[in-house]
Amino acid sequence: MKRFLLAALFFAVLLLIWEALFRARIWSPVLLPSPRQVTIYLQSAAADGTLAKATIVTMRRLVIGYIIGLVAGLPLGLLTARWKVWQDTIGTLALGLQTLPSVCWVPLALLWFGQTEAAMLFVVVMGTLWSVVIATETGVRNVPPIYSRAALTMGSKRLHMWLKVILPAALPFIVSGMKQGWAFAWRSLMAAEIFVTILTGFGLGQLLHYGRELSAMEQVIGIMIVIVVIGLMADKIFFSPIEKFLHRRWGTSQA
Amino acid sequence: MQRLTRHHSSAAEELEVIAPSKLAIENISKRFKGASGAVLALDRVSLNVAEGEFVCLVGASGCGKTTLLNIIAGLEKPDDGTAQADGKPIKGPGRERLVMFQEPALFPWLNVLGNVLFGLKLKPNLTKKDRHDVARYYLELVGLSRFERANIHELSGGMKQRVSLARALAPNPRVLLMDEPFAALDALTREQLYGDLQRIWQARNKTIVFVTHNVREAACLGDRVVVFSPRPGRIREEFGVDLPRPRDINSVDLAVHATEITKALKGYSQPEGAIAE
Repeated sequence: MKRFLLAALFFAVLLLIWEALFRARIWSPVLLPSPRQVTIYLQSAAADGTLAKATIVTMRRLVIGYIIGLVAGLPLGLLTARWKVWQDTIGTLALGLQTLPSVCWVPLALLWFGQTEAAMLFVVVMGTLWSVVIATETGVRNVPPIYSRAALTMGSKRLHMWLKVILPAALPFIVSGMKQGWAFAWRSLMAAEIFVTILTGFGLGQLLHYGRELSAMEQVIGIMIVIVVIGLMADKIFFSPIEKFLHRRWGTSQA
Repeated sequence: MQRLTRHHSSAAEELEVIAPSKLAIENISKRFKGASGAVLALDRVSLNVAEGEFVCLVGASGCGKTTLLNIIAGLEKPDDGTAQADGKPIKGPGRERLVMFQEPALFPWLNVLGNVLFGLKLKPNLTKKDRHDVARYYLELVGLSRFERANIHELSGGMKQRVSLARALAPNPRVLLMDEPFAALDALTREQLYGDLQRIWQARNKTIVFVTHNVREAACLGDRVVVFSPRPGRIREEFGVDLPRPRDINSVDLAVHATEITKALKGYSQPEGAIAE
């Protein structure tokens, strides 16, 4: 409770500073709107449904792309960890492509798929996939051999071994790869939405873009806040419980 | 007319004391390729272990005693010779011969109960309740009933090895293979575990092969102590220890046996070249 109050106080102070800066009129109100103006924009955007629609469009791209990236990345990572051939081919490819900022996929995606949903999905998948492949591979390679030896003597083999021993043992690595993949996907999707008008749906990035076009600063800042909140929620609702579980079980920190 | 009966083993059946195995190792050799050329880890080693016998293998590090244990476990294959359990060749790892390693090797993603259940879940025909009953029985046996929900990292070294012992015992193996399981523990904890292990061995009637470099430990636990010499790994001498059980590691009689074995061990572990081949 004390922690919560302290955090609430911190954000209240932040708001106050913002309001004070607005009132000091150092910058034109066109460049720095007041917290109230932003709130009014957010309320109206929420009321007429633009915000919800844009959020749904963006989240759908992100979640579907992310799931495809995970579903493809996990087995690829396992394969690269298990067989040399896969390591030398897919593994090397993943290592190379992971260094490529995922926003670099945007031009290619647009030429291949046009200004469509498929292009956005492609960018998100490319952002997720390689991080997950590499994290899974690293995780599996770091599983202490004693675990599989112990499991072998108890009668575990093949699929059971992979599902019940190797995969859980590699989990801390895999989760950190999932988190990195999520961050890459989220960033590249926003970049793509801001720079390209996607005809099949207007996402948060597009709202941000039109805010700039209309010089509607309260819209720009409002949408930025929404994007930050979504990022925070993904962390708090999805990743943070998993990480807490890992820390508790593995004893890696007193989180 | 013969009736079809469904095979279903209950917890009670699962907990029955089953016949221990007889092990027969004949003329086993094993080479490893290391950085400094091939090393003969085991050189024509033969060993028989009777049903329910507690045999300790002692020797300096590098004498191949752990390799022999791994071969009996089925985790490694010998280059020459045969290893048999109950007259059948050992083809691979199997739950009738379970291993307890020096490091606990417990799975950190499972809690204490989950670890003990791991091997039981791989046994067919057991209901969930049976498995839990069996796991709880063994946790009780090693004195950790109160900790079944604990995470592995919350346990002390001695408690971890107790969980390992419970995990190895739970699938009711015929043979228990122990690879210096107490080497990393403090003396006090070790002494407790010597007592526990002897008690459990008598109650559960297992064949135990126990690898150690601690001669006192070997004399305290074993019916028989087998002395290895390193480079190449060979069996040099065997000592029967016929002291009454449970044995106290600090007893004078035990010290006499240990001294005798130590003397032999030192003789065989002289610096390279000192022993005429």
